[in-house]
Amino acid sequence: MSGLRYVYAVCRPFGTPLPAQLTGVAGVPPKQLVHGDLVAVVGQVPAEDFAEGPLRAHLEDLDWLGATARAHQNVIDALTVVTSPLPLRLATVFRDDSGVRSMLEEREETFLRTLDRLDGRVEWGVKVYSEPTEDAGKAEAAEGSGARPASPPGRAAGSGRDYLRQRRNQRKESEEKWERAEEFSRRLHESLSGYAEDTRIHAPQNSALSRAPGRNILNAAYLVPRTESEAFVELVDRTKDDAPGLRVELTGPWAAYSFSGEDA
Amino acid sequence: MTVVERREVALVDLLDRLLAGGVVITGDLTLRIADVDLVRIDLNALISSVNENVPAPWEEML
Repeated sequence: MSGLRYVYAVCRPFGTPLPAQLTGVAGVPPKQLVHGDLVAVVGQVPAEDFAEGPLRAHLEDLDWLGATARAHQNVIDALTVVTSPLPLRLATVFRDDSGVRSMLEEREETFLRTLDRLDGRVEWGVKVYSEPTEDAGKAEAAEGSGARPASPPGRAAGSGRDYLRQRRNQRKESEEKWERAEEFSRRLHESLSGYAEDTRIHAPQNSALSRAPGRNILNAAYLVPRTESEAFVELVDRTKDDAPGLRVELTGPWAAYSFSGEDA
Repeated sequence: MTVVERREVALVDLLDRLLAGGVVITGDLTLRIADVDLVRIDLNALISSVNENVPAPWEEML
């Protein structure tokens, strides 16, 4: 039967069968390909979608990319429950099983070393956003409660001087807010790093892509031992009240995507 | 923020990891299609059409 091999991850043998109903990319259940001390988790994918030409075309299609990324993650999530997988980059495809085996053999030493480093660890993602709307609301409220009798709601300030004063205050407030946000992020990263064996600072996410409200200030990944994860999550959870006008988001546990490199 | 609640993972969080993280395998064994430059180009185009001033989320990592 013709088909290419999509490889999700490399693991130590984990001795547990994958959930029977688990499906991956192309709707195909993943299988374990054991080779020596390593297991590649692979799925058969159709050449008409995953050969070089069609794949390149597909990767430019955000819907296809999104569906494939979710299917990939579905498998990695299931693996993360039973072991500490070493995830491969999205869309790593081989011609056949023997290609996968040769790859495992060729890179065995590196894989084993990395798997040892990641064993029993997971990745947590933490992001800090500034919340634009909430602060703007507060600024308006402060304006309204000033000593000067408030102008009727919904009406613009009476004079040009009022307008300029208002603009000045707004600008000052946004500068202060920015400084507070950076200071908060710096301290948060510092305390979270205390629980982590390794950290990565990713570039802030673009709100046009994430559709998350506010501006992303911190986008960091932490490699945390599973045994420390509860304390890590609690620490993140506690910070949410310390930061008016900011929003802290936690994602995970992830497989150690951000820490899979040899230089990591 | 709700830590306990499991929402669907945002696509951008997923792509941050799947396109910029994970082991990259290249060589004769693979079909050399783990190359995600095209994806980046596509997403950059999408972003710059919205706002040219904000960098792509994974620009620095590729």
